Amino acid sequence: MRFSGWRVLKEGLTGNKGWGPHWRDPEPKRDYDVVIIGGGGHGLATAYYLAKEHGLRNIAVLEKGYLGGGNVGRNTTIVRANYYLPGNSEFYSHSLKLWEGLEQDLNYNAMMSQRGILNLFHNDGQRDATIRRANAIVNQGDDAEILYRDELKKLVPFLNYDNNRFPIMGALLQRRAGTARHDAVAWGYARAADQFGVDLIKNCEVTGIDVEGGRVVGVQTARGPIRARKVALAAAGRSGQVAAMAGLTLPVESHVLQAFVSEGLKPVLDHVVTFAEGHLYISQSDKGGLVFGSYLDFYSSYAARGNLPMAEHTMETIAAMVPALTKARLLRSWGGIMDMTPDGSPIIDHTPVEGLYLNAGWCYGGFKATPASGHCFAHLIATDRPHEAAARFRLDRFRSGYGLMDEEGTGAQHNLH
Amino acid sequence: MRITCPICGERDRREFTYRGAALGAPALEAGIEAWHAQVHLRLNPAGSLAELWHHEMGCGAWVQVTRNTATHEMLGSVLAEDADLAMPAPETEVEP
Repeated sequence: MRFSGWRVLKEGLTGNKGWGPHWRDPEPKRDYDVVIIGGGGHGLATAYYLAKEHGLRNIAVLEKGYLGGGNVGRNTTIVRANYYLPGNSEFYSHSLKLWEGLEQDLNYNAMMSQRGILNLFHNDGQRDATIRRANAIVNQGDDAEILYRDELKKLVPFLNYDNNRFPIMGALLQRRAGTARHDAVAWGYARAADQFGVDLIKNCEVTGIDVEGGRVVGVQTARGPIRARKVALAAAGRSGQVAAMAGLTLPVESHVLQAFVSEGLKPVLDHVVTFAEGHLYISQSDKGGLVFGSYLDFYSSYAARGNLPMAEHTMETIAAMVPALTKARLLRSWGGIMDMTPDGSPIIDHTPVEGLYLNAGWCYGGFKATPASGHCFAHLIATDRPHEAAARFRLDRFRSGYGLMDEEGTGAQHNLH
Repeated sequence: MRITCPICGERDRREFTYRGAALGAPALEAGIEAWHAQVHLRLNPAGSLAELWHHEMGCGAWVQVTRNTATHEMLGSVLAEDADLAMPAPETEVEP
Protein backbone atom coordinates (compact mmCIF):
# COMPACT_ATOMS: atom_id res chain seq x y z
CA MET A 1 0.00 0.00 0.00
CA ARG A 2 1.29 3.48 -0.85
CA PHE A 3 0.43 6.35 1.44
CA SER A 4 -0.78 9.60 -0.12
CA GLY A 5 -3.08 12.51 0.59
CA TRP A 6 -5.59 10.95 -1.79
CA ARG A 7 -5.47 7.68 0.14
CA VAL A 8 -6.09 9.43 3.48
CA LEU A 9 -9.09 11.22 1.95
CA LYS A 10 -10.51 8.03 0.44
CA GLU A 11 -10.09 6.03 3.64
CA GLY A 12 -11.60 8.86 5.65
CA LEU A 13 -14.70 8.81 3.50
CA THR A 14 -15.05 5.02 3.54
CA GLY A 15 -14.70 4.29 7.24
CA ASN A 16 -10.95 3.67 7.32
CA LYS A 17 -11.49 0.02 6.48
CA GLY A 18 -8.68 -0.23 3.92
CA TRP A 19 -5.66 0.12 6.23
CA GLY A 20 -3.67 -3.01 6.89
CA PRO A 21 -0.62 -3.89 8.99
CA HIS A 22 2.46 -1.94 7.88
CA TRP A 23 4.63 -5.06 7.73
CA ARG A 24 4.35 -8.85 7.82
CA ASP A 25 5.06 -10.97 10.89
CA PRO A 26 6.98 -13.85 9.24
CA GLU A 27 8.34 -17.06 10.75
CA PRO A 28 12.15 -17.13 10.55
CA LYS A 29 13.57 -19.14 7.66
CA ARG A 30 16.47 -21.54 8.26
CA ASP A 31 18.93 -19.67 6.05
CA TYR A 32 19.65 -16.03 5.12
CA ASP A 33 22.32 -14.17 3.18
CA VAL A 34 22.45 -11.49 5.88
CA VAL A 35 21.17 -11.60 9.45
CA ILE A 36 21.03 -8.26 11.28
CA ILE A 37 20.92 -8.47 15.08
CA GLY A 38 18.89 -5.57 16.43
CA GLY A 39 15.54 -4.26 15.14
CA GLY A 40 16.05 -0.64 16.10
CA GLY A 41 16.59 2.36 13.85
CA HIS A 42 20.07 1.40 12.70
CA GLY A 43 19.28 -2.29 12.10
CA LEU A 44 16.08 -1.54 10.18
CA ALA A 45 17.78 1.18 8.12
CA THR A 46 20.63 -1.22 7.33
CA ALA A 47 18.15 -3.83 6.08
CA TYR A 48 16.36 -1.24 3.97
CA TYR A 49 19.52 0.06 2.26
CA LEU A 50 20.88 -3.48 1.75
CA ALA A 51 17.72 -4.21 -0.21
CA LYS A 52 17.34 -0.87 -1.96
CA GLU A 53 20.94 0.03 -2.80
CA HIS A 54 22.56 -3.40 -3.08
CA GLY A 55 19.76 -5.60 -4.39
CA LEU A 56 19.88 -8.13 -1.57
CA ARG A 57 16.56 -9.70 -0.65
CA ASN A 58 17.30 -12.70 1.58
CA ILE A 59 17.73 -10.65 4.77
CA ALA A 60 16.41 -11.05 8.30
CA VAL A 61 16.34 -8.53 11.13
CA LEU A 62 16.22 -10.28 14.52
CA GLU A 63 14.83 -8.29 17.44
CA LYS A 64 14.55 -9.62 20.98
CA GLY A 65 11.62 -7.36 21.86
CA TYR A 66 9.44 -5.33 19.52
CA LEU A 67 10.63 -3.27 16.57
CA GLY A 68 11.87 0.17 17.53
CA GLY A 69 11.60 -0.54 21.26
CA GLY A 70 15.15 0.51 22.14
CA ASN A 71 17.01 3.78 21.79
CA VAL A 72 15.23 4.83 18.59
CA GLY A 73 12.16 5.34 20.77
CA ARG A 74 14.05 6.73 23.79
CA ASN A 75 15.88 9.81 22.48
CA THR A 76 15.20 13.53 22.17
CA THR A 77 14.60 13.30 18.39
CA ILE A 78 17.21 15.87 17.33
CA VAL A 79 18.64 15.79 13.81
CA ARG A 80 21.71 17.91 12.98
CA ALA A 81 25.02 17.98 11.11
CA ASN A 82 27.10 20.40 13.18
CA TYR A 83 30.16 18.31 13.98
CA TYR A 84 33.69 19.60 13.77
CA LEU A 85 36.18 16.79 13.25
CA PRO A 86 36.89 15.04 9.93
CA GLY A 87 35.22 11.66 10.13
CA ASN A 88 32.21 12.83 12.08
CA SER A 89 31.74 15.90 9.91
CA GLU A 90 31.27 14.13 6.57
CA PHE A 91 29.27 11.33 8.14
CA TYR A 92 26.64 13.55 9.78
CA SER A 93 26.55 15.70 6.67
CA HIS A 94 25.70 12.56 4.69
CA SER A 95 23.09 11.69 7.29
CA LEU A 96 21.35 15.07 7.17
CA LYS A 97 21.08 14.83 3.36
CA LEU A 98 19.46 11.42 3.74
CA TRP A 99 17.09 12.83 6.39
CA GLU A 100 15.99 15.53 3.96
CA GLY A 101 14.79 12.97 1.42
CA LEU A 102 13.74 10.32 3.90
CA GLU A 103 9.97 10.71 3.93
CA GLN A 104 9.67 10.65 0.14
CA ASP A 105 12.13 7.77 -0.06
CA LEU A 106 10.24 5.67 2.51
CA ASN A 107 6.75 6.94 1.61
CA TYR A 108 6.24 7.51 5.32
CA ASN A 109 5.50 10.60 7.37
CA ALA A 110 8.38 10.88 9.83
CA MET A 111 7.32 14.43 10.77
CA MET A 112 10.73 15.70 9.78
CA SER A 113 10.81 19.30 10.96
CA GLN A 114 13.78 21.45 9.93
CA ARG A 115 13.12 24.04 12.62
CA GLY A 116 16.79 24.86 13.12
CA ILE A 117 19.13 24.32 16.04
CA LEU A 118 20.67 27.12 18.14
CA ASN A 119 23.86 26.25 20.03
CA LEU A 120 24.27 29.10 22.52
CA PHE A 121 27.65 30.40 23.62
CA HIS A 122 28.36 32.33 26.81
CA ASN A 123 31.94 33.60 26.80
CA ASP A 124 34.80 34.59 24.51
CA GLY A 125 36.36 31.13 24.45
CA GLN A 126 33.12 29.44 23.49
CA ARG A 127 32.48 32.10 20.87
CA ASP A 128 35.84 31.46 19.23
CA ALA A 129 35.37 27.69 19.33
CA THR A 130 31.87 28.05 17.91
CA ILE A 131 33.06 30.23 15.01
CA ARG A 132 35.77 27.70 14.28
CA ARG A 133 33.21 24.92 14.24
CA ALA A 134 30.88 26.96 12.05
CA ASN A 135 33.69 27.40 9.54
CA ALA A 136 34.33 23.66 9.53
CA ILE A 137 30.63 22.99 8.95
CA VAL A 138 30.52 25.47 6.05
CA ASN A 139 33.67 23.92 4.57
CA GLN A 140 31.95 20.55 4.78
CA GLY A 141 29.15 22.02 2.64
CA ASP A 142 26.49 22.39 5.30
CA ASP A 143 24.89 25.54 6.66
CA ALA A 144 26.02 27.42 9.75
CA GLU A 145 25.42 30.99 10.83
CA ILE A 146 26.75 32.90 13.81
CA LEU A 147 24.17 35.10 15.50
CA TYR A 148 25.01 37.65 18.16
CA ARG A 149 22.72 38.88 20.89
CA ASP A 150 20.66 41.39 18.94
CA GLU A 151 19.89 39.00 16.08
CA LEU A 152 19.34 36.12 18.46
CA LYS A 153 16.90 38.13 20.57
CA LYS A 154 14.64 38.56 17.55
CA LEU A 155 14.45 34.77 17.13
CA VAL A 156 14.25 33.70 20.79
CA PRO A 157 13.42 36.72 22.96
CA PHE A 158 12.55 34.77 26.11
CA LEU A 159 16.04 33.46 26.98
CA ASN A 160 17.79 34.76 30.09
CA TYR A 161 20.39 36.82 28.22
CA ASP A 162 21.73 38.51 31.33
CA ASN A 163 22.13 35.52 33.60
CA ASN A 164 24.85 36.64 36.03
CA ARG A 165 27.00 33.56 35.64
CA PHE A 166 26.17 32.48 32.10
CA PRO A 167 25.15 35.49 29.98
CA ILE A 168 24.21 34.57 26.43
CA MET A 169 26.54 36.13 23.85
CA GLY A 170 25.17 34.50 20.74
CA ALA A 171 24.57 31.21 19.00
CA LEU A 172 25.47 28.95 16.12
CA LEU A 173 22.37 28.48 13.99
CA GLN A 174 21.99 25.56 11.62
CA ARG A 175 18.69 26.07 9.85
CA ARG A 176 18.56 22.64 8.22
CA ALA A 177 18.74 20.87 11.58
CA GLY A 178 15.61 20.02 13.52
CA THR A 179 13.63 17.09 14.83
CA ALA A 180 11.88 13.99 13.50
CA ARG A 181 9.22 11.74 15.00
CA HIS A 182 11.51 8.99 16.28
CA ASP A 183 9.08 6.06 16.35
CA ALA A 184 7.92 6.88 12.83
CA VAL A 185 11.52 6.64 11.62
CA ALA A 186 11.72 3.06 12.87
CA TRP A 187 8.28 2.23 11.49
CA GLY A 188 9.04 3.84 8.12
CA TYR A 189 12.25 1.86 7.69
CA ALA A 190 10.53 -1.33 8.87
CA ARG A 191 7.68 -0.94 6.41
CA ALA A 192 9.96 -0.04 3.50
CA ALA A 193 12.33 -2.95 4.23
CA ASP A 194 9.40 -5.34 4.55
CA GLN A 195 8.15 -4.25 1.13
CA PHE A 196 11.49 -5.41 -0.31
CA GLY A 197 10.91 -8.84 1.26
CA VAL A 198 13.12 -8.38 4.34
CA ASP A 199 11.92 -10.64 7.19
CA LEU A 200 11.46 -8.58 10.38
CA ILE A 201 11.38 -11.10 13.22
CA LYS A 202 10.28 -9.90 16.63
CA ASN A 203 10.55 -11.69 19.99
CA CYS A 204 13.60 -13.47 18.63
CA GLU A 205 16.52 -12.99 21.00
CA VAL A 206 19.88 -14.13 19.69
CA THR A 207 21.44 -16.51 22.22
CA GLY A 208 24.59 -17.47 20.34
CA ILE A 209 26.71 -16.62 17.31
CA ASP A 210 28.11 -19.65 15.47
CA VAL A 211 31.73 -19.26 14.35
CA GLU A 212 33.58 -22.03 12.51
CA GLY A 213 37.24 -21.64 11.58
CA GLY A 214 37.20 -17.91 12.24
CA ARG A 215 34.15 -17.38 10.05
CA VAL A 216 30.57 -16.70 11.10
CA VAL A 217 28.09 -19.33 9.89
CA GLY A 218 24.88 -18.47 11.71
CA VAL A 219 23.14 -17.61 14.95
CA GLN A 220 21.24 -19.42 17.69
CA THR A 221 17.98 -17.74 18.60
CA ALA A 222 15.00 -18.12 20.90
CA ARG A 223 13.16 -19.32 17.79
CA GLY A 224 15.74 -21.86 16.66
CA PRO A 225 19.05 -21.83 14.80
CA ILE A 226 19.43 -19.68 11.67
CA ARG A 227 22.28 -20.04 9.21
CA ALA A 228 23.73 -16.90 7.66
CA ARG A 229 26.59 -16.00 5.36
CA LYS A 230 26.94 -12.61 7.01
CA VAL A 231 25.89 -11.41 10.45
CA ALA A 232 25.64 -7.71 11.29
CA LEU A 233 25.53 -6.39 14.86
CA ALA A 234 23.38 -3.30 15.49
CA ALA A 235 22.55 -3.81 19.16
CA ALA A 236 23.39 -0.32 20.54
CA GLY A 237 23.68 -0.44 24.35
CA ARG A 238 23.67 -4.24 24.29
CA SER A 239 26.51 -4.49 21.76
CA GLY A 240 28.93 -5.80 24.37
CA GLN A 241 26.79 -8.81 25.22
CA VAL A 242 26.06 -9.65 21.59
CA ALA A 243 29.71 -9.33 20.52
CA ALA A 244 30.75 -11.53 23.47
CA MET A 245 28.79 -14.38 21.86
CA ALA A 246 31.36 -14.28 19.06
CA GLY A 247 34.27 -14.10 21.50
CA LEU A 248 34.81 -10.35 21.05
CA THR A 249 35.42 -7.75 23.72
CA LEU A 250 34.53 -4.24 22.55
CA PRO A 251 35.91 -0.83 23.54
CA VAL A 252 32.44 0.06 24.83
CA GLU A 253 30.93 0.90 28.21
CA SER A 254 27.14 1.14 28.48
CA HIS A 255 25.92 4.21 30.32
CA VAL A 256 22.52 5.70 31.07
CA LEU A 257 21.38 8.98 29.52
CA GLN A 258 18.17 10.48 30.83
CA ALA A 259 15.54 12.37 28.87
CA PHE A 260 12.56 14.34 30.11
CA VAL A 261 9.20 15.58 28.87
CA SER A 262 7.12 18.35 30.41
CA GLU A 263 3.36 18.66 30.38
CA GLY A 264 1.90 19.95 27.11
CA LEU A 265 2.23 23.70 26.62
CA LYS A 266 1.11 26.20 24.02
CA PRO A 267 3.87 26.79 21.42
CA VAL A 268 6.78 28.47 23.24
CA LEU A 269 9.90 27.12 21.59
CA ASP A 270 10.27 27.17 17.82
CA HIS A 271 13.82 25.79 17.58
CA VAL A 272 16.02 23.20 19.15
CA VAL A 273 18.12 25.18 21.64
CA THR A 274 21.23 24.04 23.48
CA PHE A 275 22.72 25.74 26.53
CA ALA A 276 26.48 25.43 26.76
CA GLU A 277 27.05 25.89 30.49
CA GLY A 278 26.01 22.73 32.25
CA HIS A 279 24.68 21.41 28.96
CA LEU A 280 21.05 21.24 27.93
CA TYR A 281 19.21 20.52 24.71
CA ILE A 282 15.52 21.29 24.47
CA SER A 283 12.81 21.40 21.86
CA GLN A 284 9.02 21.34 21.86
CA SER A 285 7.19 18.37 20.42
CA ASP A 286 4.14 18.72 18.19
CA LYS A 287 2.03 17.62 21.16
CA GLY A 288 3.35 20.61 23.10
CA GLY A 289 5.61 18.86 25.59
CA LEU A 290 9.12 20.18 26.09
CA VAL A 291 11.57 17.39 25.31
CA PHE A 292 14.99 17.83 26.88
CA GLY A 293 18.09 16.23 28.32
CA SER A 294 21.61 16.86 29.50
CA TYR A 295 24.68 14.74 30.28
CA LEU A 296 25.04 11.06 31.01
CA ASP A 297 24.62 10.01 34.62
CA PHE A 298 28.30 8.96 34.38
CA TYR A 299 28.26 5.41 35.65
CA SER A 300 27.81 2.08 33.85
CA SER A 301 24.14 1.11 33.66
CA TYR A 302 21.67 -1.07 31.82
CA ALA A 303 18.77 -0.03 34.03
CA ALA A 304 17.16 2.32 31.44
CA ARG A 305 16.48 4.79 34.24
CA GLY A 306 18.71 7.33 35.91
CA ASN A 307 19.22 8.99 39.25
CA LEU A 308 18.11 12.27 40.77
CA PRO A 309 21.38 14.28 40.65
CA MET A 310 21.43 14.53 36.85
CA ALA A 311 17.68 15.17 36.74
CA GLU A 312 18.19 18.09 39.14
CA HIS A 313 21.12 19.37 37.13
CA THR A 314 19.02 19.32 33.95
CA MET A 315 16.18 21.28 35.58
CA GLU A 316 18.65 23.79 37.00
CA THR A 317 20.04 24.38 33.53
CA ILE A 318 16.56 25.08 32.17
CA ALA A 319 16.03 27.51 35.06
CA ALA A 320 19.26 29.29 34.08
CA MET A 321 18.34 29.49 30.40
CA VAL A 322 14.59 30.19 30.48
CA PRO A 323 13.35 31.07 33.98
CA ALA A 324 9.74 31.18 32.71
CA LEU A 325 9.84 27.44 32.02
CA THR A 326 10.35 26.61 35.70
CA LYS A 327 6.56 26.92 35.96
CA ALA A 328 6.12 23.95 33.61
CA ARG A 329 5.65 20.62 35.35
CA LEU A 330 7.63 17.53 34.49
CA LEU A 331 5.48 14.80 32.99
CA ARG A 332 7.87 11.86 32.71
CA SER A 333 11.48 10.84 32.37
CA TRP A 334 13.31 7.77 31.16
CA GLY A 335 16.79 6.49 30.43
CA GLY A 336 18.42 5.09 27.33
CA ILE A 337 21.38 2.71 27.34
CA MET A 338 24.26 4.40 25.50
CA ASP A 339 27.11 2.39 23.97
CA MET A 340 29.97 4.74 24.90
CA THR A 341 33.35 4.46 23.16
CA PRO A 342 36.56 5.95 24.60
CA ASP A 343 36.65 8.83 22.08
CA GLY A 344 32.90 9.42 21.90
CA SER A 345 32.65 8.50 18.22
CA PRO A 346 31.08 5.41 16.64
CA ILE A 347 32.32 2.22 14.98
CA ILE A 348 31.16 0.85 11.60
CA ASP A 349 33.67 -1.82 10.66
CA HIS A 350 34.63 -5.43 10.07
CA THR A 351 35.46 -7.52 13.13
CA PRO A 352 38.26 -10.10 13.50
CA VAL A 353 35.57 -12.74 12.74
CA GLU A 354 35.10 -13.08 9.00
CA GLY A 355 31.55 -12.28 7.91
CA LEU A 356 30.73 -10.55 11.21
CA TYR A 357 30.18 -6.78 10.97
CA LEU A 358 29.95 -4.25 13.77
CA ASN A 359 27.82 -1.14 14.09
CA ALA A 360 28.19 0.22 17.63
CA GLY A 361 29.50 2.97 19.84
CA TRP A 362 26.88 5.59 18.98
CA CYS A 363 27.27 7.16 22.39
CA TYR A 364 24.47 9.73 22.81
CA GLY A 365 24.30 10.58 19.08
CA GLY A 366 22.67 7.57 17.49
CA PHE A 367 19.32 8.99 16.44
CA LYS A 368 20.53 11.68 14.02
CA ALA A 369 22.92 9.08 12.58
CA THR A 370 20.17 6.58 11.76
CA PRO A 371 19.92 7.01 7.96
CA ALA A 372 23.67 7.28 7.31
CA SER A 373 24.46 4.53 9.77
CA GLY A 374 22.16 2.16 7.91
CA HIS A 375 23.36 3.42 4.53
CA CYS A 376 27.08 3.07 5.32
CA PHE A 377 26.71 -0.20 7.23
CA ALA A 378 24.79 -1.72 4.31
CA HIS A 379 27.58 -0.61 1.98
CA LEU A 380 30.18 -2.29 4.17
CA ILE A 381 28.19 -5.52 4.46
CA ALA A 382 27.39 -5.74 0.76
CA THR A 383 30.75 -4.69 -0.71
CA ASP A 384 33.20 -5.44 2.14
CA ARG A 385 34.56 -1.91 1.69
CA PRO A 386 33.75 1.02 3.96
CA HIS A 387 31.52 3.76 2.61
CA GLU A 388 33.57 6.94 2.16
CA ALA A 389 31.39 8.85 4.65
CA ALA A 390 32.13 6.29 7.39
CA ALA A 391 35.67 5.27 6.46
CA ARG A 392 37.12 6.65 9.68
CA PHE A 393 34.77 4.77 12.03
CA ARG A 394 37.35 2.04 12.47
CA LEU A 395 37.43 -0.46 15.31
CA ASP A 396 41.25 -0.50 15.42
CA ARG A 397 41.66 3.23 16.06
CA PHE A 398 41.74 2.70 19.83
CA ARG A 399 44.50 0.09 19.65
CA SER A 400 46.61 2.10 17.20
CA GLY A 401 45.78 5.56 18.51
CA TYR A 402 45.51 6.73 14.90
CA GLY A 403 42.36 8.49 13.73
CA LEU A 404 40.71 9.01 17.12
CA MET A 405 37.75 11.39 16.89
CA ASP A 406 37.54 13.10 20.27
CA GLU A 407 35.02 15.79 19.39
CA GLU A 408 35.11 17.42 22.85
CA GLY A 409 38.87 17.30 23.26
CA THR A 410 38.59 15.62 26.65
CA GLY A 411 40.79 12.61 25.92
CA ALA A 412 40.16 9.19 24.41
CA GLN A 413 39.38 7.29 27.60
CA HIS A 414 36.19 5.82 28.99
CA ASN A 415 34.03 7.98 31.19
CA LEU A 416 35.25 11.29 29.75
CA HIS A 417 32.47 11.84 27.20
CA MET B 1 21.62 5.67 44.47
CA ARG B 2 23.58 5.59 47.72
CA ILE B 3 27.11 4.27 47.96
CA THR B 4 28.79 2.82 51.02
CA CYS B 5 32.23 4.21 51.76
CA PRO B 6 34.10 1.77 54.06
CA ILE B 7 35.33 4.75 56.08
CA CYS B 8 32.29 7.07 56.15
CA GLY B 9 29.37 4.67 55.75
CA GLU B 10 26.42 5.00 53.33
CA ARG B 11 26.49 8.34 51.54
CA ASP B 12 24.71 10.12 48.68
CA ARG B 13 25.92 9.34 45.17
CA ARG B 14 26.66 13.06 44.72
CA GLU B 15 29.69 12.76 46.99
CA PHE B 16 31.38 10.31 44.63
CA THR B 17 32.90 10.52 41.17
CA TYR B 18 33.10 7.50 38.89
CA ARG B 19 36.24 5.98 37.45
CA GLY B 20 34.84 2.87 35.74
CA ALA B 21 35.55 -0.85 35.90
CA ALA B 22 38.06 -1.74 38.64
CA LEU B 23 40.93 -3.08 36.59
CA GLY B 24 44.49 -3.83 37.61
CA ALA B 25 47.38 -2.42 35.62
CA PRO B 26 49.48 -4.76 33.48
CA ALA B 27 53.25 -4.72 33.89
CA LEU B 28 54.82 -1.67 32.20
CA GLU B 29 56.58 -3.94 29.69
CA ALA B 30 53.45 -6.07 29.08
CA GLY B 31 53.05 -4.73 25.56
CA ILE B 32 50.40 -2.99 23.51
CA GLU B 33 47.70 -5.68 23.62
CA ALA B 34 47.63 -5.79 27.42
CA TRP B 35 47.60 -2.02 27.71
CA HIS B 36 45.01 -1.61 24.94
CA ALA B 37 42.78 -3.99 26.90
CA GLN B 38 43.35 -2.08 30.15
CA VAL B 39 42.63 1.34 28.72
CA HIS B 40 39.90 0.57 26.17
CA LEU B 41 38.29 -2.88 26.23
CA ARG B 42 35.47 -3.60 28.64
CA LEU B 43 33.50 -6.74 29.48
CA ASN B 44 30.68 -4.27 30.19
CA PRO B 45 28.45 -6.75 32.04
CA ALA B 46 24.70 -6.30 32.51
CA GLY B 47 24.84 -7.47 36.12
CA SER B 48 27.48 -7.51 38.81
CA LEU B 49 30.38 -5.14 38.11
CA ALA B 50 33.35 -4.23 40.31
CA GLU B 51 34.06 -0.55 39.76
CA LEU B 52 36.04 2.30 41.26
CA TRP B 53 34.40 5.34 42.84
CA HIS B 54 36.30 8.25 44.35
CA HIS B 55 34.78 9.64 47.54
CA GLU B 56 35.86 13.03 46.32
CA MET B 57 33.41 15.17 48.30
CA GLY B 58 33.95 13.08 51.43
CA CYS B 59 37.04 11.45 52.87
CA GLY B 60 38.88 11.21 49.54
CA ALA B 61 39.15 7.41 49.58
CA TRP B 62 39.08 5.31 46.43
CA VAL B 63 36.41 2.64 46.90
CA GLN B 64 35.84 -0.54 44.94
CA VAL B 65 32.07 -0.88 44.75
CA THR B 66 30.34 -4.00 43.47
CA ARG B 67 27.06 -2.98 41.89
CA ASN B 68 24.43 -4.59 39.69
CA THR B 69 24.42 -2.46 36.52
CA ALA B 70 20.99 -3.79 35.51
CA THR B 71 19.25 -2.74 38.75
CA HIS B 72 21.67 -0.29 40.48
CA GLU B 73 21.62 -2.59 43.55
CA MET B 74 24.73 -2.19 45.72
CA LEU B 75 26.38 -5.54 46.39
CA GLY B 76 29.38 -4.53 48.47
CA SER B 77 32.26 -2.10 48.84
CA VAL B 78 35.86 -2.22 50.05
CA LEU B 79 38.68 0.27 49.98
CA ALA B 80 40.45 0.04 46.64
CA GLU B 81 43.77 -0.48 48.40
CA ASP B 82 42.33 -3.67 49.94
CA ALA B 83 40.69 -4.88 46.69
CA ASP B 84 41.89 -7.64 44.46
CA LEU B 85 41.64 -5.87 41.09
CA ALA B 86 40.55 -7.85 38.04
CA MET B 87 42.84 -8.16 35.05
CA PRO B 88 41.70 -6.49 31.83
CA ALA B 89 39.67 -8.42 29.29
CA PRO B 90 41.28 -10.01 26.25
CA GLU B 91 40.23 -8.44 22.96
CA THR B 92 39.19 -11.59 21.14
CA GLU B 93 39.61 -15.33 21.18
CA VAL B 94 39.63 -15.39 17.38
CA GLU B 95 42.79 -15.09 15.34
CA PRO B 96 42.51 -11.98 13.11
